[in-house]
Amino acid sequence: MTSQNVPAVEIRGVSKVFNPGGSNEVLALEDINLEIAAGDFVTLIGPSGCGKSTLLRLVAALVGSSSGEVLVNGKSADQARLDRDYSMVFQKAGLFDWRNVARNIELPLELMGWRKSARHRRSTEMLELVQLQDFARHFPQQLSGGMAQRVAIARAMSFNPALLLMDEPFGALDEMTREHMQNEVLRIWSETNTTVIFVTHSISEAVFLSTKVVVMSPRPGRIAAVLENHLESRDDTARDSPEFFANVSEVRKLLRAGEN
Amino acid sequence: MKQLSNFVQIWPPLVATAIALGSWEFLLWITQPDGFVLPPPTEIAAAVGENFATITTATRVTGFIIVTGLVAGVLLGITAALLVTTFRTANETITPLAVAINAIPIVALAPIFNFWFGLLSPRSNQAVVVALVFFPIVINTARGLTEVEPSQIELMESYGVRKWRIIREVRIPNAMPFFFTALKLATSLAVIAAIVAEYFGGRQDALGNIITSSAGLTRYADAWAAVLAGSLLGIVLYGVAVLAERVTMPWYFLARRS
Ligand SMILES: Nc1ncnc2c1ncn2[C@@H]1O[C@H](COP(=O)(O)OP(=O)(O)OP(=O)(O)O)[C@@H](O)[C@H]1O
Ligand SMILES: [Mg+2]
Repeated sequence: MTSQNVPAVEIRGVSKVFNPGGSNEVLALEDINLEIAAGDFVTLIGPSGCGKSTLLRLVAALVGSSSGEVLVNGKSADQARLDRDYSMVFQKAGLFDWRNVARNIELPLELMGWRKSARHRRSTEMLELVQLQDFARHFPQQLSGGMAQRVAIARAMSFNPALLLMDEPFGALDEMTREHMQNEVLRIWSETNTTVIFVTHSISEAVFLSTKVVVMSPRPGRIAAVLENHLESRDDTARDSPEFFANVSEVRKLLRAGEN
Repeated sequence: MKQLSNFVQIWPPLVATAIALGSWEFLLWITQPDGFVLPPPTEIAAAVGENFATITTATRVTGFIIVTGLVAGVLLGITAALLVTTFRTANETITPLAVAINAIPIVALAPIFNFWFGLLSPRSNQAVVVALVFFPIVINTARGLTEVEPSQIELMESYGVRKWRIIREVRIPNAMPFFFTALKLATSLAVIAAIVAEYFGGRQDALGNIITSSAGLTRYADAWAAVLAGSLLGIVLYGVAVLAERVTMPWYFLARRS
């Protein structure tokens, strides 16, 4: 479907002004340029209010840009949304309480008009992917935070989107669950060849997960630096490797520099 | 079946009722108050027995008014809530109207409704029930339709679906618990509305009329028998609402984690 030459995401000279002309006008993003290749794992990191979520929403065409251009798979972001080229995961799992786990995962497939048997086959596969085979008939209220977030990821991946947009998906999880989920997401990423844009506040999370760390600075939101992040491996030994620590302190330095 | 277990726990209230009735009877027996203002339960039971046909007819007549008024008020309320939350102009016209209707002491309008619909017509009683039921249903249902987690709406938008699909898949199920809270409240409101409206007019063989005419003739046991029939109607309707809630939203009654 997606040719290897077309970047997964191209952001060219994008600015975003909320409430233009109003007394509460906010310049959320200014002159953003970013190119994301297919298969990349890109994290956006920066202080609160620097426009990370806004940038993600621009790629998702949930808000429009004030100027500049956002292309997803070579198409306008809005066309990509209608073509279901991407999927989103939020900080809150956002599962629907009235649907059991399997039917939550099948929701996008239902909206796309998949047949019941195909949907069922798919949700079973997805439950295996996130290792929740035994919970198909459970309801969201019966899940822990980490399990609910895994269901949200399974739902997002159910229709094989080329691009996965994640806004602080593990922000509400405890440290242990969080590390476990990071390993899960890396496994899913390497198994499925998806492009990921991942928003986080955690420097170590950004360095552990991504092939590219985009450091943002606030007022107005700008890209301060882009760090190519090559790690030998991405398993638990990587968390203790010298290159991991080197890149963590590099990102920290860039964040500090952006604040002044 | 497990979810029904709390519902089936009817023994404690039954025992409590028996104790209450027993002490009521006993207190009147030892104090022997003048007059018949508060007759003992046995006398009321006897009145029910004597006037069984009259009471059952009256219960059917009033029950019909309550149920039809309740259904009409609920349907109107749901429709208004959907309009209010879907279209901005509807919100700007219906919401002030609903608030205005709620500000009117509806029951006080009963005599005026009698003038509109005819003194002996049950229509005026139904109208009072509809008007009283309408407001809590609109307000609660509208809240349930709007108070949706914003990221859930964004999620649906990211799937590129239309507004009506979001209403069907997210807003309506989200509103269900709110709606049922209002419905349970509405059942008791409907009983009160119907009986009080019947004090002023409507069919002569209805519960409200029996209460006023019996009390006027100092036949207090008969009046109490009619009151008892009214509360039975209320209990049954409330039970039906609770059952409907359990059946339509089993997910809502699952034991919550943590
Ligand atoms: N819908 C909106 N209307 C008006 N202003 C907005 C809106 N959304 C975001 N903003 C403003 O844009 C700026 C960037 O917000 P954004 O949510 O993108 O930041 P963020 O980097 O995701 O922050 P956080 O790390 O706290 O999630 C903020 O100043 C915010 O107040
Ligand atoms: Mg954010």
